[in-house]
Amino acid sequence: MNGHETLGERLAQQGVSRRAFLKFCTAMASLMALPPGSATAIAEALVKAKRPSVIWLSFQECTGCTESLTRSYSPTLESLIFDMISLDYHHTLQAASGYGAEKSREDAMQRFFGKYLLLVDGSIPFKDNGIYSTIAGRTNLDLLQEAAKGAAAIIAVGTCAAFGGIPNAKPNPTGAMAVSDIIKDKPIINISGCPPIPAVITGVLAHYLTFGGLPELDELGRPKSFYGETIHDRCYRRPFYDQGKFAKTFDDEGARNGWCLFELGCKGPTTHNACATTKWNGATSFPIESGHGCLGCSEPHFWDAGSFYSALSMPSSPLNLVTDAAVAGAAVGIGVSVANRMKKNSAKSAHVTATIADLKK
Amino acid sequence: MKSQTIPIYAQTDAAYSIGNLGALLSEISARLTNLAENGEAGMIDLNSLPFAPGEYEQLRQTLGQGEVSAHIEAIGPSEIIETGYPGVWWVTHYNVEGDIVADMLEIAHIPEILKSQAADIAEGLELLRAQLNDKGQP
Repeated sequence: MNGHETLGERLAQQGVSRRAFLKFCTAMASLMALPPGSATAIAEALVKAKRPSVIWLSFQECTGCTESLTRSYSPTLESLIFDMISLDYHHTLQAASGYGAEKSREDAMQRFFGKYLLLVDGSIPFKDNGIYSTIAGRTNLDLLQEAAKGAAAIIAVGTCAAFGGIPNAKPNPTGAMAVSDIIKDKPIINISGCPPIPAVITGVLAHYLTFGGLPELDELGRPKSFYGETIHDRCYRRPFYDQGKFAKTFDDEGARNGWCLFELGCKGPTTHNACATTKWNGATSFPIESGHGCLGCSEPHFWDAGSFYSALSMPSSPLNLVTDAAVAGAAVGIGVSVANRMKKNSAKSAHVTATIADLKK
Repeated sequence: MKSQTIPIYAQTDAAYSIGNLGALLSEISARLTNLAENGEAGMIDLNSLPFAPGEYEQLRQTLGQGEVSAHIEAIGPSEIIETGYPGVWWVTHYNVEGDIVADMLEIAHIPEILKSQAADIAEGLELLRAQLNDKGQP
């Protein structure tokens, strides 16, 4: 690979016009949840950007995160973003195997020391010196600590790498830990979700390329542009919550009318992610649109947070919407306009915690 | 219960008119006012907004189609349509596989993507001059 080639030079070689590139940047702005008018500024920055080396390490995981990315809905967009990075090691995707594969990782670490991006999916077993997961005879713990030393930044992809995820669920037999539990001296960005939304993975890469740094993060290390609001805040069924209209079972009149799934255990009010707007499978739908509540998979310890079908004990504060929408900038109008304080307050006061006895049997 | 006995109701678009559309139309109106009075263009990213099933189609019906439509072919097609409200453009970018990669309402005199870009103009001019040099002045 050529680590010094700029993206502009590469695009010019491929005969991509500036208009085509502006179109691409409009899509990128949408992806990064930036104001849509920022496409021109993004284009100017990206043309000068150099391709960074990326090393992707997969540890105690199910490969769902890689599946999410490689099965993403817009292959052209993703491939263009992948064109912008040099993926020097990914043991599932690379053609090399055995000693050759490990050598490519070592070469990239040496050549781009201090400059490469380290992507990690999967948690890291810590118990018994990390013996429960090894690659080429070395523990995940050892590989992570070695690769982290020369990384400019680390991106923890998926809830396992970000928070420990399912391997970390009780009784956590391998002592699974998050990347941030082990590495303390590098900037770490958490892209949680089980799996994370592919557009969020590429959006963070695009942000790094455009601005040369990591985006603004929330208190759990997640990019605010994607995790700044809850599923509930951006849910199209939110007006029904405000009106106090709830489905009581999965096949009642309320469910058929598309009412709020709060009482059926939806974790939308406490889950920060972009599913409600970015959606899944080519923006076809997301769990709530398909009639099932949110499981809260982008939050820490979601697997141990009680039944997926138990209602959250407290309705979310009506004031949260206004605060969060103010942060959201361009999309403020719709959220605030929909919010009806009076209805919301009456919904809150009339609200009682519900359980779904049948599903718990 | 037999599957045949499960009641099935036809879902109409009207059943999903739950308020998101009205809020969006108000925002379009505010931005169009800003364009008319101050000449300031604006954009609304439709991908970032919550739509109930059917509301997106309702938005299309409500805005309708105006006098201008354009097609761009650049890393996949793009469709640019002036809606029934002059100054409100619906800009949809597709990738080569036909998936939507960006879906915007642009409130402007002319959408940015339709303008010839300075870098492309410079490159085209260079080609034209080279051609003139090859063939000589007619």
